[in-house]
Order: sequence, then structure tokens, then C-alpha cells
Amino acid sequence: MQTAVFFAIAAIAVASALGLIVRRNPIHGALFLVVNLGSVAAIYLMLNAQFLAAAQVIIYAGAIMVLFVFAIMVLIPGKEETGPDPLRPFRLVAIPFGAFLLVEILLMLVVRPAPPREPPGAEGGAEAIGRLLFTDYLFPFELTSVLLLAALVGVLALAKRKA
Amino acid sequence: MILLVPGSYYTGLSAVLFAIGVTGVLVRRNPLVIFMSIEVMLNAANLALVAFGAQFRNADGQVLVFFVMTVAAAEVAVGLAIIVAIFRLRPRLSVDDLSAMRW
Repeated sequence: MQTAVFFAIAAIAVASALGLIVRRNPIHGALFLVVNLGSVAAIYLMLNAQFLAAAQVIIYAGAIMVLFVFAIMVLIPGKEETGPDPLRPFRLVAIPFGAFLLVEILLMLVVRPAPPREPPGAEGGAEAIGRLLFTDYLFPFELTSVLLLAALVGVLALAKRKA
Repeated sequence: MILLVPGSYYTGLSAVLFAIGVTGVLVRRNPLVIFMSIEVMLNAANLALVAFGAQFRNADGQVLVFFVMTVAAAEVAVGLAIIVAIFRLRPRLSVDDLSAMRW
């Protein structure tokens, strides 16, 4: 039962990722990416990572994708990617390269599978993550706030029109 | 909770998504689509981290995913601001036009 659910969600995820790179219109690509992020959130739920599933939907599918759609709306008028591609033969080489990379990673997973191990560990709820964030990972957690502040100031400096 | 689906299925899905993201970055010309493909790759890496974390009954991987999400949010904000600043005055939305820093 759970395997069937997994394969259904995985099919949606792979199909939407393919839709992102196949469709010409970036708005369609953004909507496909929302579907992809949502299905990955569903897989997080299957992996018992409820907090991350919620964070994925709120941060990625909510905040980041809204930003993407805004950028597409600002940039797109009259600038579609059209016409013949001068570098097309070079680009098509990328597909065998991508397939080769996939085979390589899968080979790595098959040849050296991770040994199943069951140390007494924490569950994936918000409590376990919060405990880790405020004990073992306190310093990186605080650094994150500096990073976000730097990004905020940087974006403001970039977006400000020169007078 | 016991995982009913083998952990290698999750990592396999993550590998497939990552390869699709790499192909998207290499094939597409639109900088926004390239950026979205990078998000697909980040998500694939996150999925692998969560899958391994579930396999080893360890929440550290999920903390790392939390940090990756934060950094991705900052990266998207800065990256989109740069893309908008570069392409606002250009006639075409194509990364091939950006050759100013090529020697």
C-alpha cells in the first residue's frame, strides 16, 4: 500500500520536474515547480518528517515561488525565448550527460548501499528538530539570521534605482 | 515508525530529480528556468538528506535541510534581484547574451 503511494507521488514529482524543463513558458515552469515541491513535501510526510513538510510548503511553495512568479511577470513582456537556438547541438549533448550522471549516482547507491542501522535516535517531529537547533546547532542557527539580514540589505541595494 | 518503503527508493527518486535539474540547467536558455532547475536540484539533495536521516533514525539530516531551505530563500531573493537588474534593459531573456565577463 505504502509502496503504491510512494510510486504515485514519485511519478508526479518526476513528471512535474520534466514539465519544468520541457515547457517553453516560464510561468508554466513555475507552476510545475510548485507541483514538484508539493509532491516532495508529501514524500517528507511519508518519511515521518512532518515539520519539514510544513516548512517546505510554507517556504518553498509559498514564499519562494511567489518571488519567482513576480520576477517572471516583471521580466517577461516581449522577451520570450524564441527563434532558432544557435547553440542547439551543444545543448543536446547535455541530455546524455544528464543521463550519465543519473546512472553514476544510481550505481553508487547500488554498489555501496547504506547499512541499515538503528541507533536510539529522535523522531522527525518539530520537537526533535527544535531541540537540536537550540542545542547542537545553536551557532549555525544564529548565523542564519546574519545571512538573512545580509540578503535583505543586498536585495535592497540591488533593487534601488540609481537616482 | 518503521519505513515500509525501502530507503533506496527515496534516494533513487532524489537521484532522478537531481539529474533532471542538471539537465534543465544545461539545456535551457532562460535564466529564470535555469534558476528553477537549481531549486529542483536543491530539493533533490534535501530529499536525500531526509531519506538517510529516516534510515538512520537521526534528526540531524532534517536540521541540515532546514538550513538549506533558509539559504535557498536568501539565494533566490538575491539571485532574482540580480537577474531582474541585468535583464530589465535587455531585449531578450537569454543567458547566451551575457558575455561581458568572457575573455
